[in-house]
Amino acid sequence: MPTSIVTANSMLAIDIGAANTRAVLFDVIEGEYRFVASGIAPSTAESPIRDVSEGARNAIQALQGILKRNLLDVSRNLILPSQPDGSGVDALVVTVSAGPAVRTLVVGLLKDVSLESARRLTESTYTRVIDSVSLGGQRKPEQQIDTILRQRPEMVIIAGGTNGGASRSVQKLLEPIGLASYLLPEEKRPAVLFAGNDQLVDEVKALVGSLASHLHFSSNIRPSLDKEDIPPAESELAQMFIKIRKKQLKGLDVLDLWAGGHTLPTAFATGRMVRFLSNVYGSQKGLLSVDLGASSTVIAAGFKDKSVLKVYPQFGQGENLTGLLNYTSLEDILRWSTLDIPPTAIIDFLHQKALYPATIPATKEDLVIAQSVAKQALFLAMLEARKDFPKDAAFIKPTLTPLFDPIIAGGAALSDASRPGQSLLLLLDSVQPVGISTVILDQNNLMPLLGAAGSVNNILPVHVLETGAFLSVGTVVCPVVTAKYGATILKAKVVYDTGAEANVDLKYGFLEVLPLGSGESGKLTIQPARGVDIGFGPGRGVKNLQINGGALGVVFDGRGRPLDMPSDPVRRRELIKKWDWTLGGG
Amino acid sequence: MLAPVHHVIGLTTIIRERLLPISGNVTARVQQKVTAGEVVAETRWAREHVLLDVARSLGVTPAAADRLIKCQVDDKLAASSEVAVGKGLFPRTVRAPREARVVAVGGGQVLLEVGESKIELRAGFPGTVIQVIPNRGVVIQASGGLVQGVWGNGRIDSGLMVNLMQTPATVLIPDHVDVSLRGSVILGGRIEHLETLQALAELPARGLIASSIVPGLLAKAREMRYPILVTDGIGSISMNSVAYKLLSTNAKREVALNAETFDRYSGSRPEIIIPLPASADPPMPNETETFAPGSQVRMRRAPAMGMVGSIVSIKPGLTTLPSGLRAQAAEVKFENNETLIVPLVNMEVVG
Repeated sequence: MPTSIVTANSMLAIDIGAANTRAVLFDVIEGEYRFVASGIAPSTAESPIRDVSEGARNAIQALQGILKRNLLDVSRNLILPSQPDGSGVDALVVTVSAGPAVRTLVVGLLKDVSLESARRLTESTYTRVIDSVSLGGQRKPEQQIDTILRQRPEMVIIAGGTNGGASRSVQKLLEPIGLASYLLPEEKRPAVLFAGNDQLVDEVKALVGSLASHLHFSSNIRPSLDKEDIPPAESELAQMFIKIRKKQLKGLDVLDLWAGGHTLPTAFATGRMVRFLSNVYGSQKGLLSVDLGASSTVIAAGFKDKSVLKVYPQFGQGENLTGLLNYTSLEDILRWSTLDIPPTAIIDFLHQKALYPATIPATKEDLVIAQSVAKQALFLAMLEARKDFPKDAAFIKPTLTPLFDPIIAGGAALSDASRPGQSLLLLLDSVQPVGISTVILDQNNLMPLLGAAGSVNNILPVHVLETGAFLSVGTVVCPVVTAKYGATILKAKVVYDTGAEANVDLKYGFLEVLPLGSGESGKLTIQPARGVDIGFGPGRGVKNLQINGGALGVVFDGRGRPLDMPSDPVRRRELIKKWDWTLGGG
Repeated sequence: MLAPVHHVIGLTTIIRERLLPISGNVTARVQQKVTAGEVVAETRWAREHVLLDVARSLGVTPAAADRLIKCQVDDKLAASSEVAVGKGLFPRTVRAPREARVVAVGGGQVLLEVGESKIELRAGFPGTVIQVIPNRGVVIQASGGLVQGVWGNGRIDSGLMVNLMQTPATVLIPDHVDVSLRGSVILGGRIEHLETLQALAELPARGLIASSIVPGLLAKAREMRYPILVTDGIGSISMNSVAYKLLSTNAKREVALNAETFDRYSGSRPEIIIPLPASADPPMPNETETFAPGSQVRMRRAPAMGMVGSIVSIKPGLTTLPSGLRAQAAEVKFENNETLIVPLVNMEVVG
């Protein structure tokens, strides 16, 4: 990389999460941008402080303590730009996921067409759909008005009408929304995003323009019946989300001012980074990022021609946890547990963690419960996200997870696990990857920050990615197979750079590990048994595949896809303990 | 590190805003002494609307309909009164279906507000009005004991507090409830049976202070018409010793129970106020604290969840916990003389 394109500018990135606020410094070292250090402090969106800038200042202060360099002045304002004495930074970017999910009303002409597209659009940021309205609905206009007044949506997303198509129907849908907004006090009026028929812009302005807190337009997310185009609207929605958050979260306007408007929703910034990386990697396989945070679980996937961003507040590990049982059963959470835990302990855990999202497991039993809950939440999020993965993605079987490489995992539940093996088992069980993938742990939760940084400096993410800011867990090999427990399903060999070899016979139902440390590389040869697919077709292997090492090395997951778990709970717990032990557990 | 604070205070100055959900008429005045049940503001709110499509009913264009509509915004209409009359030999008439107020007219339509109901805002606890917030409500100041809770069913009331807890771990069962408790606020311990909630509703009780409630009863608890406040958590948790001591020693006093729902963003928390006389204004509670040796702390998570202890020392750097996680931690000594290493994020300062 020529150094001439590196401007010697330092950049501070702040992520305001539901539980924690992180301040991360990127700076130029030896002609390249590097992740320097990060400081962390509890977020202060909530009472009694209710000012997110305080948590940000505290995180910067923690960072100052590590750097032994002043970033804040005596009034605790950020020193911008950097000074000759080395204090301050040259730029700031901010990402935010803190705050309750935005109450959203979705409006579409046809239930299965534009309404469904509008619903999919809401899943690209931190929203909770409180109601939906379509032409086929049974409610009278006055009932729609009463519902809006009762539920007080903070955001309305309107889709519908193909470009050049009929306009009268869309107008009919907008009337009750305009009337309801008119009846709401001005400070309670919702922000409106119109992502429908391009030719209706003037009419939408006339009908709801003066009655919305903000009115945004994006290109039609359903330009024709058989075509959906969500990404441009995602960008508009991200801007709208930040405007709503600036109203809700005191102090965000100050941070946004310091950042010169470079404030993004955390999930959107992650999505940007995934799009960027999938362009860089340019592989036939997809690229997957999962983030298991307190406010939500975020799945971002990049494919050859499409990216998918899914934000699931209902699967977050914080205040929404009490609602998890609306989507799953206790038995399905308990199936991941290595201990015989009474179901009531899970219910109590969900309620207590929802009350105190920032708390962490201090005992082994509490950690087992937390990991079981996290695993089930990520499993459910992946199931949901898979519905919107492109049909032409690289699959071994369309009913399984597509082929991804790499898989990047972040968020407190993953990066705070006590050891990489624990994080990896959580990922293998919930994401259930197939084929051969590199697994990377975003232990400093840099993905969204790099996504935001890229909006100011597009070289910075490239440089930082090439350094050791991310923890490579290793290469995982996950064959697709159904066999008898204990049957050999593949033979594999790793040839190290030293010329030494390590071999493994993988049996169905087992996990195996071959060592290959961080910074090391090797050549992997796999010969699958008949019918076993590792991504090259049934029974077809690979020779001398260049792979890089990681904290765990090369991990072979012979447990079948979908994951084959014994129904007997005692046997299942024994096996999970064994798997955990294989990945470094005690 | 900044510490969350859970207020359990024997005597303090309590200042609370009491606001209408929508604008209305404030009836209290500055310096007025108010009782817990006294109305300080009121308003009217219509829960339903009726949209009359006059143009369609009369078979005319919207513009023509607008000329035929006889009412204006803010007009009050009696049931069956004329809203618009058509033209011709046998003109059709559009009438108000119910008593209503006109809220919008235009485009050949009339939007009516119907089913108006009165909302009364009560003081919630006895004190002095120190500020009037025009059209919204008041700020009330009082002195007394304050115990914050973690869950409330959204109701508010006051009454004489009767202690049915023998220990902080008491489970309140229906057999403990008898007719002599009618009109009382019950200090009741752990709630594990639906029958207990029903028995209190049948009395009726004026309120229930519980240390915990099992998750399966939360939906029913929300339906109860008396306030239910949970001090310590969801599940089966004993009452923290500081709250138990304060509440049990104030039994047979009048208490105000504001079981509003916990909202981490607005800061609203369910709370018990024990009005007490004070010659001068006692100190206000601290809203923020930092963890320090000697701080009285309550555990928010296992092990020892709900227990109160005091910080012996803050551990330098990060400490590896029995779970294997590494975090900033402190050594905490509990009332039973046991000591534990607890991550700071799992504690809150009590005071």
